[in-house]
Amino acid sequence: MQAFTTLDGLVCPLDRANVDTDAIIPKQFLKSIKRSGFGPNLFDEWRYRDHGEPGMDNSKRPLNPEFVLNFPRYAGAQVLLARENFGCGSSREHAPWALEDYGFRVVIAPSFADIFFNNCFKNGLLPIVLPAQTVDLLFAEAQAKEGYRLAINLADQTIKTPMGLVFGFDITAHRKHCLLNGLDEIGLTLNHADKIKAFEEKRRLEQPWLFA
Amino acid sequence: MPQSLYDKLWNSHVVHEEADGTALLYIDRHLVHEVTSPQAFEGLKLAGRKPWRISSVVATADHNTPTDHWDEGIKDPISRQQVETLDANIREFGALAYFPFKDKKQGIVHVVGPENGATLPGMTVVCGDSHTSTHGAFACLAHGIGTSEVEHVLATQTLVAKKSRSMLIKVEGVLGRGVTAKDIALAVIGRIGTAGGTGYALEFAGSAIRGLSMEGRMTLCNMAIEAGARAGMIAVDDITIDYLKDRTFSPQGDMWNKAVGYWRTLISDDGAAFDAVVELDAALIEPQVTWGTSPEMVTHVGGTVPDPAKIDDPVKRSGIERALSYMGLTANTPIAEIPVDKVFIGSCTNSRIEDLRAAAAIVRGRQKAASVKQVLIVPGSGLVKAQAEAEGLHQIFIAAGFEWREPGCSMCLAMNADRLEPGERCASTSNRNFEGRQGQGGRTHLVSPEMAAAAAIAGHFIDVRTLG
Ligand code: SF4
Repeated sequence: MQAFTTLDGLVCPLDRANVDTDAIIPKQFLKSIKRSGFGPNLFDEWRYRDHGEPGMDNSKRPLNPEFVLNFPRYAGAQVLLARENFGCGSSREHAPWALEDYGFRVVIAPSFADIFFNNCFKNGLLPIVLPAQTVDLLFAEAQAKEGYRLAINLADQTIKTPMGLVFGFDITAHRKHCLLNGLDEIGLTLNHADKIKAFEEKRRLEQPWLFA
Repeated sequence: MPQSLYDKLWNSHVVHEEADGTALLYIDRHLVHEVTSPQAFEGLKLAGRKPWRISSVVATADHNTPTDHWDEGIKDPISRQQVETLDANIREFGALAYFPFKDKKQGIVHVVGPENGATLPGMTVVCGDSHTSTHGAFACLAHGIGTSEVEHVLATQTLVAKKSRSMLIKVEGVLGRGVTAKDIALAVIGRIGTAGGTGYALEFAGSAIRGLSMEGRMTLCNMAIEAGARAGMIAVDDITIDYLKDRTFSPQGDMWNKAVGYWRTLISDDGAAFDAVVELDAALIEPQVTWGTSPEMVTHVGGTVPDPAKIDDPVKRSGIERALSYMGLTANTPIAEIPVDKVFIGSCTNSRIEDLRAAAAIVRGRQKAASVKQVLIVPGSGLVKAQAEAEGLHQIFIAAGFEWREPGCSMCLAMNADRLEPGERCASTSNRNFEGRQGQGGRTHLVSPEMAAAAAIAGHFIDVRTLG
């Protein structure tokens, strides 16, 4: 997993509540066998004027100029600013994969759906919960100023605005450690490999039929 | 201290536990299908890791596979690639068993596991699919997991998990004629709601549950996830043990006797504590039909579509209004007056031999209503299909004007060619009636196989008990 330490990234404000995983990446794209390549179909139904199917040449499809991701000023954004209950709906991990593949590293919102929030950490994407008033303020600034960036420091757990305002955010020690060091959960679990082996051997003796 | 079945299953699998209760659970059986596994295998390869214990893996292709014209292969190139990728991954890494597309034992992963004895009491079972709860019918701790977790289990044979609270769902008494495990499941969800089981592991118990066959118990545990629970389970008894005797991967000889001795302990002890208890009287449960876009939007066949005007809670009222508008239903319409366009009998909820027998018993000597465009009968696996054909059930369906298909997930989620067109209404034995689940704009009513068969004959919902 890609480590996350600090980021100074352009902000894209997506001003909608309850953005669900089907909006983030529609069902027809779940047929892909890759973890990557979902970026061009992120928010597919909102981003393009036609109906998207896997295998289409997305560069030839008509863009919806009214969708915020298509505004030239937000090209290359790495921080997605969102409203409450972001990522609700199914458990598909394709949602964080699509955001990450597009180039986002951070999503800031007043609240997230549970499974989506968990899935982000497994994929090097940092979801940050901030109070609703703070999110309001960030929306106002990002919409007002072209080229609006936020500086995120994970070690310090801070977000700094161009005006020098600093906001703190929460994250569990375990998740912070994994993200800072780019450790995936598998790597951490394998630190217990001896314990797993010992458990398995005991089980093999006691319930041999499970190991046929 | 007396322990519940859940306590026993949990405690016997904890490899390591953190101070905050986060545990590493050892995984005995890993079921794999084509949709949620490719990225997990890819991740394993990219990290240069090997599967920890490949003999724990049983795999099959089910979600994308077509249910007719098998000789023509999989026409959708993207679906085909997903299935071929599973073939390639199993060729490279191996498995205890693999039932690929067109294999005579291929089928829906949750049907294939138990019928081959790959699901045994006392196991932890995982699969990248939420309906893995099905396997709890065998006193297993069975969880649906995400793709990163599929990779985690492949690489470490463990799952990072936290213990849930426990809920006992007790159903006492005798089910009436024409009332099935599916009706118990829908009645439970109607009672506790789709979030009622969130954060809980459910145990189903009581005389009505002990009276169910293994097929019925699987139907019930399958739907535990629709009540919001990650797991549902049922204690071991003679019915469990009889079912498992002489299955492909069931233990044999001395090993069988030893295993059975252990399996008999997989029950909740008298006086075991539960965090919540829900009780239902089996005799009061009637055939159920959902009317909305969530499994909790359910009533009995004699009921009516609810009237949002009579609901005080504004959130609930607008939820019902939205559902009725999507479903194209008018408030207060009797359920028995709702016509259906299509009927689907299949899915990991209701596609086992007993389900097909029950449907065939209703259909025998009758005809599909002319107004019904299509009736799909999709057996859960190749073995179910062969058994049904040996009993002549397929001829009953074909004679009635139904379509007898090859096994697979089919119209349960419409990832293959079987789907509803916008606005079409379906009586379905599957498990989810969400918007667009069976095809964009499609309208799903969840029912038992008997009720689905009866609707196909009548052209509208009808109390199966009046068909005689
Ligand atoms: S039958 Fe339906 S619910 Fe069951 S595994 Fe297939 S798609 Fe999922």
